[in-house]
Amino acid sequence: MLILQCPYCGIKCDETELAPGGEAHLKRYGPGSTDEEFEAYLFERKNPLGVHFERWRHANGCGKWFLAARSTTTLEVFGTYKAQTTEPPAEIVAAIKAKLPDWEGRQ
Amino acid sequence: MRRYSAFAIAREALRYHTGWERAWRSPEPKKRYRVIVIGAGGHGLATAYYLGKNYGIRDIAVLEKGWLGGGNTGRNTTIIRSNYLQDPSAAIYEKSRSLYETFSQDLNYNAMFSPRGVMMLAQTHHEIRGYQRTAHANVLQGVQTEFISPERVKEIVPIINIEGPRYPVLGALWQPRAGSARHDAIAWGYARACSAMGMDIIQKCEVTGVRSEGGTVTGVSTSKGEIDCDKLAIVVAGHSGQLAGMAGFRLPIESVALQALVSEPIKPCMDCVVMANTVHGYMSQSDKGEMVIGGGADGYNNYTQRGSFHHIEETVRALVETFPMISRLKMMRMWGGIVDMTGDRSPIISKTPLGNTFINCGWGTGGFKSIPGSGWAMAELVAKGEPGPLAAEFGLDRFKEGRFIDESVAAGVAH
Repeated sequence: MLILQCPYCGIKCDETELAPGGEAHLKRYGPGSTDEEFEAYLFERKNPLGVHFERWRHANGCGKWFLAARSTTTLEVFGTYKAQTTEPPAEIVAAIKAKLPDWEGRQ
Repeated sequence: MRRYSAFAIAREALRYHTGWERAWRSPEPKKRYRVIVIGAGGHGLATAYYLGKNYGIRDIAVLEKGWLGGGNTGRNTTIIRSNYLQDPSAAIYEKSRSLYETFSQDLNYNAMFSPRGVMMLAQTHHEIRGYQRTAHANVLQGVQTEFISPERVKEIVPIINIEGPRYPVLGALWQPRAGSARHDAIAWGYARACSAMGMDIIQKCEVTGVRSEGGTVTGVSTSKGEIDCDKLAIVVAGHSGQLAGMAGFRLPIESVALQALVSEPIKPCMDCVVMANTVHGYMSQSDKGEMVIGGGADGYNNYTQRGSFHHIEETVRALVETFPMISRLKMMRMWGGIVDMTGDRSPIISKTPLGNTFINCGWGTGGFKSIPGSGWAMAELVAKGEPGPLAAEFGLDRFKEGRFIDESVAAGVAH
């Protein structure tokens, strides 16, 4: 069972307490964007075999959205961080690099 | 290929079964093929089979990373139905169901297709309206279904509790000609027929790269060397994103785990398939007597082929209320498969940005039932270069144009 620590309330919660919210750090496109940009924003996902940055909501807890770095092949969690970021913080990247030296970074 | 028959069994019985030949050859890859199909699961093998049967294209290699039929083809709950709301879905799934009916005769391989009936329980008022609408749509589509009363449900499935406190049975959508089949036999039957037509099925051959020149694929790099091709068909379900990445385009796909479990074998107690979409559970009894139970898909990206415990608990908890007699059954095995989910929960059978490359993916939680129909439509697309009537609506361009086939609204999770 997945266990993620909510970066707001500090509780280590298992996945029954959480609601998954899909890929994190999507660039939003709206009016004025091209059809391709809008389609990619709505539907195209990285769906990586390996490190995935994703959104979670502490649904049965403090109710806040946060972000997590997790491996889709081993389910290992590298860390969680607050949602008010546009890219993963340095300590999360360092934690991933420590475990997976060959990781090529977020594509 | 020697035909299987009652006579063949008698003949072999008289000579200690020494005359059975291997069902398919395991050749080394040639340097070049007219068509390469990546993925020897049900969909990939069906694509190759109908390319040979319907279009006479037999210079085909089917490449498989693991072993034949070892992915989702061997990991599902073998339910076959076609009671869909949207016209394009009903057309391709009904084509598929009708091909399953004649599969054993057509391929001379016993698929054990059992048209035992599929019942989808309505347990909320919303579902009653939804299934009545589906039943009306099915009349127009020529799919035989009917909406039945709780009393009729109890008559067909005596072990069901229609008066549960949380999930009472308020009616059901009943498709009497739906059912189940033996999943391994589907992959093995197609593989045997493909091999007999002279196609090469190459197992333990992982594709590591796709070579292209000027927007046209020239071949693939594999763990068994370079292989050239005129046309490429990618049919790899959960790992479609990786193959598309090698070919240089992206897909509207996310891979998640879907899981199932079976109980210890018991005496025959239920002779149809029951699905309960409100609680994300479905159950049928296998020929061995095991109760086969399928649950909902996880909500997060996952390639590990195992699901989460709490989904099992949710599924079983709800099914125990509907089927009180299963409460003391021991569960023997659970397993997960990686399903490829699209934004509208409908599949993709499509041309790609590369001129001679085609992709068939996104079947999500409904892959097994669609194997023959999917292969039929994909073969037409690969042979002609343009989709036929079955595949036309399932192109990748529908996501840009907003022309969805929204079965997630119609079918919920158990799709």
